[in-house]
Amino acid sequence: MTTRNVWRPLALVAGLALLATACGGTTRDDVAQQASASAAAPASSAAADPNAPIKPGLKIAFLPKQVNNPYFTIANGGGIEAAKEFGGEGKEVGPSEASASSQVSYINTLIQQKQDAIVISANDPNAVVPALKQAKDAGIKVVSYDSDTAPEGRDLFVNQASAEDLGRTEVQLLAEQIGHKGKIAILSATPNATNQNTWIEFMKDELTKPEYKDMELVKVAYGNDEDQKSFTETQGLLRAYPDLAGIISPTTVGIAAAARYLSDSSFKGKVKLTGLGTPNQLRKFVKDGTIDGFELWSPGDLGYLASYAAAALASGQISGAEGEKFKAGKLGEYTIGAKGEILLGKPTVFTKDNIDDFDF
Amino acid sequence: MTITAKRSGTVLRNGGRGLVDRVARVRELGIVIALAVLFGVTGAVNPQFLGLDSLRDILLNSSIIAMLAVGQTLVVITRNVDLSVSSVVGLSAFGGALILAENPGLPIVVVVAGCVLLGAACGAINGLLVGAAKVPALVATLGTLYAFRGIDYAWAGGLQVNAADMPESFLSLGSGSLLGFPLLALVAIVVLLAVGWMLRNLRSGRELYAIGSNPAAAVLAGIPVRKRVITAFVASGALAGLAGAMWAARFGTVDAGAATGKELDVIAAVVVGGVAIFGGSGTVYGAALGALLLTGISSALAVLRVDALAQTAINGALIIAAIVLDRLLALRVAATLRRRRHRDAT
Repeated sequence: MTTRNVWRPLALVAGLALLATACGGTTRDDVAQQASASAAAPASSAAADPNAPIKPGLKIAFLPKQVNNPYFTIANGGGIEAAKEFGGEGKEVGPSEASASSQVSYINTLIQQKQDAIVISANDPNAVVPALKQAKDAGIKVVSYDSDTAPEGRDLFVNQASAEDLGRTEVQLLAEQIGHKGKIAILSATPNATNQNTWIEFMKDELTKPEYKDMELVKVAYGNDEDQKSFTETQGLLRAYPDLAGIISPTTVGIAAAARYLSDSSFKGKVKLTGLGTPNQLRKFVKDGTIDGFELWSPGDLGYLASYAAAALASGQISGAEGEKFKAGKLGEYTIGAKGEILLGKPTVFTKDNIDDFDF
Repeated sequence: MTITAKRSGTVLRNGGRGLVDRVARVRELGIVIALAVLFGVTGAVNPQFLGLDSLRDILLNSSIIAMLAVGQTLVVITRNVDLSVSSVVGLSAFGGALILAENPGLPIVVVVAGCVLLGAACGAINGLLVGAAKVPALVATLGTLYAFRGIDYAWAGGLQVNAADMPESFLSLGSGSLLGFPLLALVAIVVLLAVGWMLRNLRSGRELYAIGSNPAAAVLAGIPVRKRVITAFVASGALAGLAGAMWAARFGTVDAGAATGKELDVIAAVVVGGVAIFGGSGTVYGAALGALLLTGISSALAVLRVDALAQTAINGALIIAAIVLDRLLALRVAATLRRRRHRDAT
């Protein structure tokens, strides 16, 4: 009995000491050291050999914002297909919930598994950076796709379409449908969605041009990428602005919900809807006249290109510097742009004339 | 109850006050007043809000949550909680949609019945965990919340069922109307009235309240507690299964993430509707009104051109305001009745 009582305060002290060291794990000094270490890394590997063959058996991991998201299933399917082509091994891992911090533990696991490259779509541009830096320190190449991380977290960013192209073309699409005249609204994802917010900025900029002088953006609503909320917000837009001419929804969940609501309402065909969606998701609504046209890049090609970019990095063909070129299988040759960005291409516009040519 | 069964002399002495009393004693009064204020104020600012189309939308929007709230009430009354409803909805919505997409010839009744059965099976698992294995409901259903969603993810594997894949006759369940009344709301109202009647008039229904009021006393009184609790969970699961089929019909696009997070909306609706979270009191009508109030608030905020970034905060504040209003009214009525009883007794 007495011995146990003697040990108790000792255990307490030991516990407290452990706690203190655990808290001290990431001090500012450590982070600074890590930053400088990774800053030095690209310089050492800068000697890229454009003629180096792709190494056989490369292990490439795809880490989407969330698994079970159809968009990423297609994108990563394209990436895994590319990996097969060049004799590598692709796999998809990731959280089932697209929250800011959920990807970190997956990155740590991938580091332990000694993957050759990580291809990531970041839920939060900054939350994943410390973990990705550790991956880079361990010699793993990091390519971001779909949604970029802060530049220090990755070697390359494969951009599905330039934000500028997407933002401006969506306004152009809608303007044609409503005859360059009337009130318009935007139905976005969450208020802090990086992609959507950048696109919306370009939409606003496009709208300042003289040819849109008769168009007025009355509201940006947020459906939070939830069905119910997107429904409610669409209804709210139509009630709050009875003379609304069109809605742009630059998110696949939002446009599907808005289309579903419009197709059963008296506003069908009167209020134009456009934005970003997949052909399979919107086929019904394009055919029944709810949607005249919408656009998207090919998600499969995006994953495919990211996979080749990762392989080229891991094989030493490229180092990530501006102006370097590499071949991406069926998609042809790509050149790395400023800030380590590779651009997939212009978005495709889907209308009732061409929608049956696509299946994704 | 003893108050209403009082000497008829009091009522005779002032018949007018008797009516007022009866209305005041309705537990759901507060929530009805909150609803009236919400619709009145929003309608005054934007008359469009009270238009037929708009009211139809709000009714449709609240139908699914209301149905889930009815099921949840059955469980909450027994001093338990079912956190897994949203996962059951997701599982049933995806399962139903996928089976329909793969077998377009299947009668819709069979698919909907399958969804209900699937939900009931999930509910039975919850019921057995809580009723038979005596795991606290909060823990058991938190576990099944993840487990059922996990099964959904594994089944779906990133697949998505789109509106074009489902037959038009099924989709029209979510948007069609019968004699001008939206079908979805009709289903919810039928469920509401049926469960409401059973809770009030059936012996098994009254026993649920007894279990929630005092579980130990319920056992001593010879109530089959375990059986009743399991039944409550099965009913909640079955309703969630039905809600899943309705979810697929209404939204048309379904993936494994359908209805994620809705359990909190449902529990909020139940609590706002005056069902005591520790069991033993409350009605399904209150819970359904709670669902109507919550969806009404979000619809109103969307119509009122409120700044999108402030919406969530205002939504929360309005929910708190509604509960406070309800609570104050309830306390006031209780105090008045107590005073009067005291006076009548002397």
